[in-house]
Amino acid sequence: MIETFYDVMRRQGITRRSFLKFCSLTAASLGLSPAFAPKIAHAMETKPRIPVLWLHGLECTCCSESFIRSGHPLAKDVILSMLSLDYDDTIMAAAGHNAEAIVTEIVEKYKGNYILAVEGNPPLAEDGMYCIIGGKPFVEQLKYAAESCKAIISWGSCASWGCVQAAKPNPTRATPVHKVPGLADKPIIKVPGCPPIAEVMTAVVAYLLTFDKLPTLDKQGRPQMFYSQRIHDKCYRRPHFDAGQFVEHWDDEAARQGQCLYKMGCKGPTTYNACSTVKWNEGTSFPIQSGHGCIGCSEDGFWDKGSFYQRLTDINQFGIEANADAVGGTAAAVVGAGVAVHAGLTALHRAKQPGDKQPGAEQ
Amino acid sequence: MTVRNTPNGFHLNDAGRRVVVDPVTRIEGHMRCEVNIDEDNIIRNAISSGTMWRGLEVILKGRDPRDAWAFVQRICGVCTGTHALTSVRAVEDALNIKIPENANSIRNIMQLSLQAHDHLVHFYHLHALDWVNPVNALKADPNATSALQQQISPSHPKSSPGYFRDTQNRLKKFVESGQLGPFKNGYWTNPAYLLPPEADLLAVTHYLEALDFQKDIMKIRTVFGGKDPHPNWLVGGVPCAINIDGIGAVGAINMERLNLVSSIIDRTITFIDQVYIPDLLAIAQFYKGWMYGGGLSGTSLLAYGDIPDKANDYSASNLLMPRGAIINGDLTKVHEVDLTDPEQIKEFVPHSWYSYPDEAIGLHPWDGITEPNYKIGPNTKGDRTHIKELDEAAKYSWIKAPRWRGHAMEVGPLARYVVGYAQGNKEITEQINFVLKTLDVPVSALFSTLGRTAARGLEAQWAAGKMRYFMDKMIANIKAGDLATANVERWDPETWPSSVKGVGFTEAPRGALGHWLKIEDSKIANYQCVVPTTWNGSPRDQQGNIGAFEAALMNTKVERPEEPVEILRTLHSFDPCLACSTHVISPDGTELTSVKVR
Repeated sequence: MIETFYDVMRRQGITRRSFLKFCSLTAASLGLSPAFAPKIAHAMETKPRIPVLWLHGLECTCCSESFIRSGHPLAKDVILSMLSLDYDDTIMAAAGHNAEAIVTEIVEKYKGNYILAVEGNPPLAEDGMYCIIGGKPFVEQLKYAAESCKAIISWGSCASWGCVQAAKPNPTRATPVHKVPGLADKPIIKVPGCPPIAEVMTAVVAYLLTFDKLPTLDKQGRPQMFYSQRIHDKCYRRPHFDAGQFVEHWDDEAARQGQCLYKMGCKGPTTYNACSTVKWNEGTSFPIQSGHGCIGCSEDGFWDKGSFYQRLTDINQFGIEANADAVGGTAAAVVGAGVAVHAGLTALHRAKQPGDKQPGAEQ
Repeated sequence: MTVRNTPNGFHLNDAGRRVVVDPVTRIEGHMRCEVNIDEDNIIRNAISSGTMWRGLEVILKGRDPRDAWAFVQRICGVCTGTHALTSVRAVEDALNIKIPENANSIRNIMQLSLQAHDHLVHFYHLHALDWVNPVNALKADPNATSALQQQISPSHPKSSPGYFRDTQNRLKKFVESGQLGPFKNGYWTNPAYLLPPEADLLAVTHYLEALDFQKDIMKIRTVFGGKDPHPNWLVGGVPCAINIDGIGAVGAINMERLNLVSSIIDRTITFIDQVYIPDLLAIAQFYKGWMYGGGLSGTSLLAYGDIPDKANDYSASNLLMPRGAIINGDLTKVHEVDLTDPEQIKEFVPHSWYSYPDEAIGLHPWDGITEPNYKIGPNTKGDRTHIKELDEAAKYSWIKAPRWRGHAMEVGPLARYVVGYAQGNKEITEQINFVLKTLDVPVSALFSTLGRTAARGLEAQWAAGKMRYFMDKMIANIKAGDLATANVERWDPETWPSSVKGVGFTEAPRGALGHWLKIEDSKIANYQCVVPTTWNGSPRDQQGNIGAFEAALMNTKVERPEEPVEILRTLHSFDPCLACSTHVISPDGTELTSVKVR
């Protein structure tokens, strides 16, 4: 009767043999003996879709819009076959009392067994009445739904950090989910970005369902599988950075050749996200590929770290690298020296030849 | 009990039972609606309340104007990009920056892709469930659906009985699971749903098909802007450089990228022609007897215009989307609209949760002041944090009340199409006449909920076609040797005058959008947005004129007051966007000390 995870996989053309193999691998990756594989298979064949309450606070709905752009899995399959998206005011048929009743029903019926997904954040000023749901402050709905949930997903930079409405002077006291006073102590998965990448969002959901556990989180609460490396680390324009080849003006020759955007203010060196690898919209592109620097939209407080076009001046706090501003210095001699130092250090890790560099290449 | 005639021609009577819809779902952001219905279940009083406020314009103060697009883009992630485009235009207007032709074409293609995408998603994923009953689709004979499909759109390849049977089976399993997800608690037994099962199955199938397809449309914006939602923009042009066959072309907008965009444009045109428009007409055929929801659309309409054909010319004659105002229902006269004229656009706050020193007067966006002032009226039922019924005689919304020469106005696709029709715009007139003829209804049928929904579909079709036009135009320009995409002459703030002001405008999917800003000493001194849902969702003004949402709900019959699908239908026909509409400015440097932090 219920379309289970197994049914979905079968419908998507995966054979039973592959399915069982998948279950064995899952058991192995969870550190379980092969004897657990049939149990996992059984669970996947029979368990109902997990209910999800997707609440919206102060936000712009870009997270939902991103989510529906997922190519693998398709948003359609997530909604119809992976989850039971019982409350999401952006797409749900019900409204008013009928909508509010769903929250109560899920909380009571599935105590401890539903996921709370939060898009946006609650404002705490003015008794919370800068965001009103059903005549009451959104923060009340949030706290009520959090009380009995299994885990919380903080979608996007609003729920994770505060984002644009929390930029100075934060007139509504918009507060990220994990900082809401009195919120039940539940595991929180932050999936930051403005918005997060569609396939990152659906991968986090699929991971929860497939492996039946939270993904490994970094110290800031983000899944490390997508947020443990900087955009700069995997940027395809990185060789131009290393070679000191920079765009100096919009639409100059270097821009047309796809050189490094560091001097145009790119925040790739300080931004932890998967844009340069997973890329956007089914791998179509990502900001740097389309000629604009990264604005750092998955980082805490990125709105208040100076202009998006202001060059980073100090990025040496990230481990092994030299102060990258040395590379970006305008004087050719400085650039040359910077590249040499930089290359020498990175060579330790990438076995690159310092001799390959072309000091002063931007001249 | 209050009985009152509004200056804009509505008879309000709050004697009957109060029906509250909060949250209004399937919109962007948060809103509340209250109506009074009489003994025959007819709406005699309507109240629209914006229930969120984020204060973005306060946040913008003191920032670099070149960054503003990124902030205001986050006003809305559904109409993503349109605020950013409006912002870069406002800054360029203030600093007198001229953009290259290629940048104009790319911006237009991005804006048009939004129109096509947003309208499509609105129709299938936000609005359809007001007309379509997915549970009823289970009763359909897939052969009948297949026959219907082949009748209304013979060219669409996905039309076999097996195709519809597969969808039906999937839906059946879904419903039988008892976990109805987004369809839970819908009004599926309500007699207001009029489609036969085979049409319901057709529409539900296309709900899923459109969900799969829509993501491809936005790849156009990812090519030029690097990501979507929220692509990147640039004051002075666009950030993506063009390089067709030079060194490093592989890192820029090259032949492969242009081909990708071109192919998506073609598929978008096809999808809208073969799926969206035929579905719209087929559904409308069953509902054309339901002619409620006209509201202000027959009397007061406003459009700023958009899609400049040539770069840097924002005069009405160069805009491919129409510009003008219609008042008093007189379609023979389209008034000129000037966003810089202090007498034309003014915002009022007597029923909004803001305070003015003198609330009897309205203020032009360049001179506006705003302080949040959350205060409920004495006749509110409930209390300030648990509102049961609003007191509309007092302040009752986070939305201000903008007025054009004192008139409450409707904006959006219907406003644009009626203005275009009144101006004799050939393309628009042909499209409208085709629909009227197909449905066999008079011109007056336009002024309705259904008319609003139809205009949106026609505009999506128009927008898809115009993407092709600008793509061809850009290719011709590149062929002529022009690769420029950005003008950096005034990129450096040191080249800027010490004090300037500017205005930028677009036609967002939901209607006329304007941003007004002042720049002093290279920083934003004042930023003000008046957005489509501020117009459409506005509360009453000092004269008692009701706004477009409120007007459109008046005199509608609600079959079952506890299942107000008719209210949702009409509100959704505007495609409300609440995150957009609720905002504030603080132009005089006032710190927001009035915000109470408890």
